[in-house]
Parts: sequence; C-alpha cells; structure tokens
Amino acid sequence: MSASPWIVVRANKFSIRMDRRIPFVLGGLLLAAFLVLILHVGIGEYNIAPLDVVNTLLGRELGDKNYHFVVMELRLPRAILAWLVGAALGASGAIIQGLTRNPLASPDLTGVTAGASAAAVTLIIFLPHAPDYWLPITAFGGGVFVALMLYLFAWRGGTSAGGDSPIRLILVGIGLSAALGAFTSFALTFGDLWHVQSAIMWLAGTVYATGWNDVSALLPWLIVCLPLALYGARDLNALNLGEDVAQGLGLRLILKRAFLLLLSVALAAITVTVAGIIGFVGLIAPHLARRLVGSMHEGLVPTAAFAGGFLVILADFVGRTISPPTEIPAGIVIAIIGVPFFLYLLWKREKA
Amino acid sequence: MDIARTSNITKRNALHPLLVGAFPLCIAALLLAVMASIAFGAADIHVSTVLDSIFAFDAANTNHLIIQTLRLPRMITAVLVGAALGVAGAIMQGLTRNPLADPGLLGIESGAALAVVGGVFLFRINSLPVYAVFAFIGGTLTALTVYALGSMGRGGATPFKLTIAGAALSSLLSSLTTAILMFNQRSLEEVRFWLAGSVAGREMSLVLEAAPFLLGGLVLAFIMGRQITTLSMGEDIARGLGQSIGWTKLFAAGAVVVLAGSAVALAGPIGFIGLIIPHVVRMFAGVDYRWVLPYSALLGATFLVVSDLVGRVLVRPLEMPVGIMTAAIGGPVFIYLVRWKVKR
Repeated sequence: MSASPWIVVRANKFSIRMDRRIPFVLGGLLLAAFLVLILHVGIGEYNIAPLDVVNTLLGRELGDKNYHFVVMELRLPRAILAWLVGAALGASGAIIQGLTRNPLASPDLTGVTAGASAAAVTLIIFLPHAPDYWLPITAFGGGVFVALMLYLFAWRGGTSAGGDSPIRLILVGIGLSAALGAFTSFALTFGDLWHVQSAIMWLAGTVYATGWNDVSALLPWLIVCLPLALYGARDLNALNLGEDVAQGLGLRLILKRAFLLLLSVALAAITVTVAGIIGFVGLIAPHLARRLVGSMHEGLVPTAAFAGGFLVILADFVGRTISPPTEIPAGIVIAIIGVPFFLYLLWKREKA
Repeated sequence: MDIARTSNITKRNALHPLLVGAFPLCIAALLLAVMASIAFGAADIHVSTVLDSIFAFDAANTNHLIIQTLRLPRMITAVLVGAALGVAGAIMQGLTRNPLADPGLLGIESGAALAVVGGVFLFRINSLPVYAVFAFIGGTLTALTVYALGSMGRGGATPFKLTIAGAALSSLLSSLTTAILMFNQRSLEEVRFWLAGSVAGREMSLVLEAAPFLLGGLVLAFIMGRQITTLSMGEDIARGLGQSIGWTKLFAAGAVVVLAGSAVALAGPIGFIGLIIPHVVRMFAGVDYRWVLPYSALLGATFLVVSDLVGRVLVRPLEMPVGIMTAAIGGPVFIYLVRWKVKR
C-alpha cells in the first residue's frame, strides 16, 4: 500500500491527499449499489423488467402507465433512502472508531441509539395514541439529548485530565446505555404485548413505507455532514497516532474531538428518525472500508459511507423480496447476511 | 487501556495492605446483603426466624417454608450468578484488553437467548429447567464457534479477532432472536420475562445442579490469576516471560464459558455485571488479576443480591426482573465512579 501513488487535491487553503485506489473503490461501490437499486425498484408484487426500470428512471414514457407510479412514487424513494441511511451510519461509525481507536466502537457508543430507543419505546408503548409524526421527533430528540448528556457526564475540568477523554467517553457511554437499556427492557417486559411487538419492530430498524418526504428530510443533513466528515478525517489520522502525538502536531485536541463527535452524533441521530435502529452497519461498514482502502481516514470515511449505503440498500432489497408479503426489517437482514460476509473478508485478508 | 498502569505492578502490590484489609469488609458486606435478602420481601421475616429455619427447620412454620423454598434458593442463585458474571467479565477484559469486553462478547448470552427463544418457538418448551439446558447448550456452542472463528488465520486467537468475531456473531444471533420474537407473539409472551433476567422462582434442585459448574469455574479462574495478569499486559510480554499463551487463553476462555454459560442457564441473560464490576474493581485494586478476580466475584455477588432485593422491595408486591435492576442501579453509580476515578 505504501507504494501506491497518491491523488492530491489542493484548493486555496484546503488540501486533501488520498490513495489512488479510492476513486475506483468508491465508483465500484456506487455501481454495485445502483445495480441493486435497479433490482430493488423492479422486483416486488408488481414486477418490472430492469430495462423498463432504467427507461422509467430516465423519464421515458412507457406503455404501462403504472410503471411511473410504482417506480417513482413507491419504490425509488425507499431504495434511495436505504442507501442514504447506510451512508450516514457508515460515516458515523468510521468517525467514532477513529475517535476512540476502538474496533468495537459504533454509533451506539455516542448514546444516540440508547436515547432514541428509550424515547421511541416510551412513545410506542406508553402513549400509543400519540400522532404518528411524533415518533421521528421523539426519537431524534431522545438520541441527541442523551448524546449531550454523555458528553457532559464525561467532561471533567482540571489540568492533566481536563476536558474529554476517549476512555471516559466509552465508559460513561456504557453506563448511560445500560441505564437507558434497563428502562427500555422494563417497557418491553411489562408493556402491552401488542405495542411491545411494534416497538420491537421499530427497534429492529426498517425503511418500510418511506417516501420522498423522508428522503428530503435526510438529504440536507448528509450534504452538510459528509463533506465536513471528509474535512475532519485528516485530524482522525493524527488522533490515531496517539494523543501526545496529536497534541504535538498542534491539534487543538478538545475542539477537534468535540466537532468530530458532533458529526458522528448528527449522522446517526438523523437516521433514527426515518429508519429506527439499524444496528451493525456502523460497526462493520468501517471495517469493510478498512479492508478495501486501508486505514487513512481521508479514504476510509467516504468508503465507509458508500459501503454502508450498499449494505443497507442490499439488505432492504433482500428483506423485502425474500418472503413476500412478509417484510423482514433491513436491520435484521444486515446482521444475517452481513456477518458471514464480514467474517469471510476479515479472515481472507488475515491469511494472505 | 491498562498498559500505562502495568508498570505499577510490583511485588508490593501482591500483598498491598489496603487490598488485604478491604477483603474482609467486602465479605462482611456480602453477608449483610445475603441476610437482608432472606429477611425482606413480600413478607418481612425476622432475622432470628431466618436462622431458626436453617438450623431448626419446622415444616409447619410458613415463614420457614418461605425461606427454604423461595428465599434461600433465590439468594444462592444471586450470589453464584453475580460472582460468576463478575469473574467472567474480568477475564474477558483481561483476555481481549478491551474495556468494552464482557462475557456477552463470546456470544454466550446471545447464543443462550436464541436457543431458548428458538426452543420456545419450535419445540414449545416452557419450564425453567428446560430453558436452562437450552441456554447452556446454546451459550456454549456459540462461545466455541466464536473461539474457533477467532483462532483462524495467522497468530491464533488474537484479542482483535476474538473481539470482532464475538461482536459479529452476537449481532447475528440477536437479530435472529428478534426476528422470531417479531413474528411470533406467543414466543414473545412466553419468554420476555426470562429474557429480562431473573433469579426468582429457581428450584433448589436446579440451583444445586448448576452450583458445581459455577464453583468449579470460579476455582479455575482464581488459579489462573497470575497467568491472566501477565496476558493482560500484552501477548509479546507474556510470551517473553515464558508463558504458553495458547493454553492460557484456552483455559481462560474455558472458565468464561463455564461461568457465564451456567449463569445464563440459571438466571437468563443478566447483562452489565460482567461489564462494570471489573471496571469498578480495577479502579481500586489495580491490574493484578490475583486481586481483581476475587474482588470481582465478591462485588458481583453483592451487587446482584442487592439489586434483586431492591427490585422486590421497591414495587411490592410486584417484582422487577433483576436484569433490569442491575442496569438501573449500576448505570448511574458507574457513571459517577467513572467521573470520579478515571483521570486519563
């Protein structure tokens, strides 16, 4: 890898350097996702041939008037949303793993998942008559609130150990997630069985019944957060060399870390509003990306995002079509197909 | 995380007066918790009656019956399971050198949960002893799979590969469990109390069947204290000191499987103890596992007994599953300790 030439982009005050393989890897992942998208849009209760899908996507009028409605209104937004959710989670996971230097870290660690779960489960089980549009707001609010609490709890004044420290963030995160998890499982254990089941469904994570309005809610966040994540990736490299080195390189450690953490939280929190808790993507997408492009974060963050997008769109496609009319939530399919694939990649590389 | 502090290990640490002195105190705390656990509950029983029921049992006395058939098995379950989970967690964190590691990382809890939920779904099993068998087999098989996956490739069972294999397989199994519960309401209703983890309603015979496993696992773990300490400093150091790390890891993992597997069989998946107790212990006992392991056992047992007690006194005459109580009490306490003690 060290022999690979680099691509360097220099703008006025900004420069970025990445491995020459990265555009190809990103292109490959995007192409793969697009192929899945065509299948995703084409297959279902109402089958449409791949060529007709492409024609409809290009806006050509076809003989069957239903094509336009099924493709553009029902299936396309869902497929795009799945990709976006995966991309956000992948990037979020890559940032948090870089920040904590822990391979087990995932967006869960920021408290977003625990907070969103507790808030959403409360709403579903104890306030079943609340209007539907409360759910995304509640989940988002719960996630962000708990992430803030986590940061405040982990913060410590003083000189030598001042401010934040990754290990304290991890440990406080464990405590906070456990306490909230206790509340969630209390609700699941004692709540009305019918509502409990729909809460479990939400917790499993699905992009079922989503539309363009969800896409337009998610897209602006990604347009803002993903470039910022790419910009922050350089600092992750320095942070990964260890705190002393990072400080020696002149990083304003606390500010940079807070900024990166905020990005990771924002990316994960926005996904829970549209898709519930899709676990595992944030954990494995960065590992997959590391296998593909190495561990320099300029390449890792976008690759993790694209890998995450590919995983979720694939999982949603499989979950929707494998045993119709039952839909298996994407969050579950990811674990079931993602794990063997992930282990295979990990071990194949290990042997080489 | 412990690398910086490992240099503190000296011979002095092995018999540190504070650590020696605190030990009887912890034992006293456990005994106190145990007495309270037998005395308080839906009906409060005087301590003298508790002692009578043990030393001068009278089958006609209701209180004696309550103690012998309900409270005593329950207390013993809590002590054994708490100690086992504390020790298993300490070993896992030493073995993987990851502060996020816990017995669940070998997949034992998720494997046990899937086996029980699958058993309820497919074979309609519906009694605690059968749950226990399914849980133990499921947990053990999963742990073996994780260990096998983690040992493939170069370098044998490295902490990184074990950690990743465990996390990945646990997610897979939990997802399968969720999938069953989502589409099968009967299974959900049957097992959701078991899934929350509880030490209530375990028959004495079941407790006695599990006890030899748990005690054996504890002894094995305590014997290995020195080896685990060395291993927790890093494989290179351990190898340099002449340790055969392959065997150490295998035995340590074996102890975890026996301890956590029997614990989950007896009480269902009680999370959190295995994760936080070792952290709390290391905050005062340092990194010498000859101390960390016994203290983890004591503190784990005390914590589970107290959580169980609070869970049934707080909402009398109802009961809160202890798995929920451990996290509800332990979470805030743990956050407080971390803020206070973790200075890095």
